[in-house]
Amino acid sequence: MSGTFVGMPAFPVAAREAVGDGTLRANLRHATHTIRAKRANAVAEVSDWAALREAGKQIKDHTLRRLDDYLVQLEEAVTAAGGVVHWAADADEANRIVTALVKETGESEVVKVKSMATQEIGLNEALEAEGIRAYETDLAELIVQLGKDRPSHILVPAIHRNRGEIRDIFAREMGEWGRAAPEGLTDTPAELAEAARLHLREKFLRAKVGISGANFMVAETGTLVVVESEGNGRMCLTLPETLISVVGIEKIVPTWRDLEVFLQTLPRSSTAERMNPYTSTWTGTSDGDGPRVFHLVLLDNGRTDTLADEVGRQALRCIRCSACLNVCPVYERAGGHAYGSVYPGPIGAILSPQLRGTASEIDASLPYASSLCGACYEVCPVAIDIPEVLVHLRERIAEGGEVTREGNKVVLRPAKGHAAERAAMRAARWAFARPGVLRAGQRLASRTRRLHPRSLPGPGRAWSATRDLPPVPAEPFRDWWQRTNGGKDGAK
Amino acid sequence: MSSRERILGRVRRALADVPRDDTPYERAVERAYLREHGGLGVEATVDLLAENLADYRAIVHRATEEELPAVIMRLLAEHGSPYVLVPPGLPPEWLSAGGPTRVDDRAESTPAELDGVASVVTGCAVAIAETGTIVLDGGPEQGRRRITLIPDHHICVVRVPDQVVASVPQALGRLDPARPLTWISGPSATSDIELDRVEGVHGPRTLEVVLVGGE
Ligand code: SF4
Repeated sequence: MSGTFVGMPAFPVAAREAVGDGTLRANLRHATHTIRAKRANAVAEVSDWAALREAGKQIKDHTLRRLDDYLVQLEEAVTAAGGVVHWAADADEANRIVTALVKETGESEVVKVKSMATQEIGLNEALEAEGIRAYETDLAELIVQLGKDRPSHILVPAIHRNRGEIRDIFAREMGEWGRAAPEGLTDTPAELAEAARLHLREKFLRAKVGISGANFMVAETGTLVVVESEGNGRMCLTLPETLISVVGIEKIVPTWRDLEVFLQTLPRSSTAERMNPYTSTWTGTSDGDGPRVFHLVLLDNGRTDTLADEVGRQALRCIRCSACLNVCPVYERAGGHAYGSVYPGPIGAILSPQLRGTASEIDASLPYASSLCGACYEVCPVAIDIPEVLVHLRERIAEGGEVTREGNKVVLRPAKGHAAERAAMRAARWAFARPGVLRAGQRLASRTRRLHPRSLPGPGRAWSATRDLPPVPAEPFRDWWQRTNGGKDGAK
Repeated sequence: MSSRERILGRVRRALADVPRDDTPYERAVERAYLREHGGLGVEATVDLLAENLADYRAIVHRATEEELPAVIMRLLAEHGSPYVLVPPGLPPEWLSAGGPTRVDDRAESTPAELDGVASVVTGCAVAIAETGTIVLDGGPEQGRRRITLIPDHHICVVRVPDQVVASVPQALGRLDPARPLTWISGPSATSDIELDRVEGVHGPRTLEVVLVGGE
């Protein structure tokens, strides 16, 4: 299946390997803690954060509940503005459409701006198979591509590489693909950025076809929005003659005005900035400015199946800010690769199993890749209750039930005794063996205690069957202990 | 069945639980957030713009209408640019103090030709104080998107206070979505290498903003 890393070990196995890798863990820890602190400051700067978050949630929920209407409206608006709209039910169809569009131009190379949707469908590989070379132009993506690697973070895909490793990759590989790295390249970030600037500029200036995703699409006006930092997005969106954008159908917002919410919450949540360096918006084509031909490929690939799940559909609100990754204790230790998908971290744990189904061992184990501490929910700018969806998915894996796959209702059998269940059990043990993780889990359990069954769902049931599960106390013991100074304060 | 019909059909079946008379857009979103943060006066808003631009490492200058040509000439000279790229509707007086050779952007200018020009001077459509952002909309004083992208040095003139708004919501209200827009907040940057912010990957590495107005 596209986007699944073939032969990927299930989460607990991959996580254990990653946890054993000291460099990876140090890089990740430094990175996630740095962004985490910065984000908190950027959010604290706006007094109405809670209201913005709520509005963002409501806009997305409303859009999803009328998605058919908004898709049709968007199509009309894009077409009226000179764009051509294509519909792709799955990854293969999207890849076929894009490949054919590139071939029509007679070009054999394209420049790409980072897009999770195109990674999800494995577009680069599909183009490669047809003799078309796709150049990634985001610095981190370039590092990943030159290093023949997989991205490990939504926002900073090369977060697992330190500067020494990046220097070595540039010095070794750049010459293979175009302009070589300068002689005597050192590992200072400024020099590395300069090497990338020179290497890629040559490609931008001759590029005839650009490929992008989009952060938002406005149904009312047909406008697409790309939010970025480096300027490679602007290069890809404005210099080529043909622009092809592949965008998930959930990226719609109804009106131009709705952007006022997300253009405030996205930069602060993702890069912890008041505003990211560059945001581009375009509506179809414009005379004499930018591409003369614009294609929009609307991608389903499991999104409508996700939409069919009343609990799980909230995952489609995601604006890919990556804040939930940076606060996740499991992600921090396991790293992005352990999730076996282009969507790592907490959002990946609820999105991948819904987009792809839970047939594979890795996908079935993903909902267990969490301690349910709830930190992801707290920071999410569209208030996705990730723990709620995780518990829901665990239950369905363990107990079976109705799901929608490729538009059809199917009934999953309970996973008892199946490979998925065993994988899940291993994951659960992995979490339960870690006291810090368990502590956080208990806190969530008490926050949501009225929702709790007397036995844990899924593998938790097996775990709780051998123990008498006590009612969840209003305050976890550890919190009580800390609050009352070990009970010495005499507080209840 | 076309994929369009297939996808729309799947969406409709997926939403079987949603009543057709579900809350309409107008009432579905509670916009309890602020239109702007702080309600600053005109002068304070311009000061905030200057502060936030500088915080993201744009270089901010202030000038009166009369001083503007001299300021632009000085900035170009300091950058050592032999050529300056000019959008079609740039007020001629802005470059009236002499300086580098003007290169007019023409429809047939290729990216490779533009790559040889070090500096560009433009106006803007709107500037946002709270975020330190300038927005270009391709108007005659700003030109095509590529001319503010390829050169390494961008001088952007903002008329204060007319072109300044406090907030993102106010900016969107002033902008026309039909035009291609570029929102710029500081020079191009990346934090991809161990999260160190480095200025300048692909866009202009030096952004100078001249706030022009007053006596
Ligand atoms: S789930 Fe929320 S926090 Fe995580 S990436 Fe998506 S929007 Fe951001």
